[in-house]
Amino acid sequence: MSEIIDSFVTALDMIFSGDAEVWSITARTLAISLSATILAALISIPIACLIHFNNFRGKVALVTILQTFYALPTVLVGLLLYQFFSSSGPLGSLDILFTPTLMVIGQMVLIAPLMIGLTISALSGIGHEIRETTLTLGAGRIQMARTVLLETRYAVLSAVLIGFGRAISEVGVAIMIGGNIAGYTRILTTTIALETSQGNFELSMALGIILLVVALVVIITPSWIQFRSNRSLKR
Amino acid sequence: MLLEIKGINQRFGDNDILKDINMEIKQGETFVIIGPTGSGKTTLLRLIGLLDKPVSGRIYFKGQEMPDSARARLALRRRMAMVSQKPAVFNTTVYNNVAYGLRIRKEKGAGLRDRVTNALETVGLAGYEKRNARSLSGGETQRVALARAMVLQPELLLLDEPTANLDPGSTANVEKLIAQVIRKLDTTVIMTTHDMFQGQRLAERMGVIVAGEMQQTGNPREIFGLPQSRDIAEFVGVENILEGTIKSNDGGVITVGINGAEIQAISDLDPGVNVYACIRPEEIVLARKTDKTSARNTYAAEITRIVSFAPLAHVHMDCGFPLVALITVKSAEEMGLQIGTPVYAYFKATGVHIIPR
Repeated sequence: MSEIIDSFVTALDMIFSGDAEVWSITARTLAISLSATILAALISIPIACLIHFNNFRGKVALVTILQTFYALPTVLVGLLLYQFFSSSGPLGSLDILFTPTLMVIGQMVLIAPLMIGLTISALSGIGHEIRETTLTLGAGRIQMARTVLLETRYAVLSAVLIGFGRAISEVGVAIMIGGNIAGYTRILTTTIALETSQGNFELSMALGIILLVVALVVIITPSWIQFRSNRSLKR
Repeated sequence: MLLEIKGINQRFGDNDILKDINMEIKQGETFVIIGPTGSGKTTLLRLIGLLDKPVSGRIYFKGQEMPDSARARLALRRRMAMVSQKPAVFNTTVYNNVAYGLRIRKEKGAGLRDRVTNALETVGLAGYEKRNARSLSGGETQRVALARAMVLQPELLLLDEPTANLDPGSTANVEKLIAQVIRKLDTTVIMTTHDMFQGQRLAERMGVIVAGEMQQTGNPREIFGLPQSRDIAEFVGVENILEGTIKSNDGGVITVGINGAEIQAISDLDPGVNVYACIRPEEIVLARKTDKTSARNTYAAEITRIVSFAPLAHVHMDCGFPLVALITVKSAEEMGLQIGTPVYAYFKATGVHIIPR
């Protein structure tokens, strides 16, 4: 027990003393996961709108498949991307295996179905009355979609942040296609896995605490933004 | 003519919701569609507002057939505005809600501000600009919806049961506001309501829709005084609908045999025709003693029930056939009317409306 407490205290010291390794890994992790989240959101939200606002054959099946992908095993994504981007794979000529670029792509593949599915759920939560109100006031289809999206802004923001949470906390994709190269593709989760296997609990604990703080921010941010927004409107 | 509707049918699944609807709406008139809940009023309004397409039939707006292409439908929809019975407001300020349609049309600057401010003043919501529209009461929300529609100065304003979900106090206020908006906008209005009296108060012309069929159109006096079917008579509050057969026609004054009794009325129908004799309860006068009057119909009756909704009382009687009279509670008290009291019921031949069966 005292060993756990000791490593926790050392971890806090590493965080607050500005340990270069801790903060460089954290910065790289945030850069990769934020890039993946922003790019995935830019692709996923329009796709979610296209699926939600159009009726077509197989729509229900498509949404069900997307929901199945919520639990897509990260190692499976890692394996598939490895095969595609390894030198003998169909996209091997791009030569991006074991680079942050492919890690961003991997995290996008992992979180895009989650973002699309959750955005569709958010849009479905808005009654058809809002949609029809925009039409009766003269909105075109794109204006209607934009308004409905705006009405679901907090739920869509939650979808994006949940995607970010999944991206930053996954380890399978990062280790399989990133390679855990020190100073290049090593991120919070892969470092924790490596350092723990080598018995270096203090660094793992420090990085774990940072991951926890990030998770907390992910959970609190949408509620905080909604609270601030509602307070700015007179009741 | 602003709107012509020709042979419109609408079906959901196996259910025929609208059946061969034909009607015309003149430019600048206030046309109220009345009918029981579920009769197809909202469905018809949605077709006019281009929210749905009919399975068959045509609608013409200022002589132009309602188009199929999305772009043309949008252009036409922007010449209208619609207020629904349960309006949805956007999760933003009252000001932004009212400004929405104008912003969609790329209006901006002082022009937009003035129009929104004017609309809010008209509906009595000046000072509510920064309030969250979701925090308003039902009546206030309906006012926002009205302001949001009227600010667009539409050529056609569609109001779908605008007071259906309001308490009586808010209903009266919103109805007064609708009358004011209609006057101020000076535009064509089509409104649906299941409240026949509200329809009567607001309409220049009315249409009665029952079970998906437009059964009668006309001015309120024609609809309420001369209903063309038993369904309409029932809906517009004719409480005395008696089945009988015409026994004679003496120069336009007919005698209808009803359950052994006779009623005199005005009609050009021939003897032998089966009819409904419709008598509005307010046409019936009660007296404790018989007297010589000009009324062609006088019956000795016995009171079977009195239902009071102050200041009025519905007096149910048996005079060989059932009859209901509408009098004031005060009159009932002064006459000492109670269950079992013998009275005389009078009504004129001109107070009976005859509908062939």
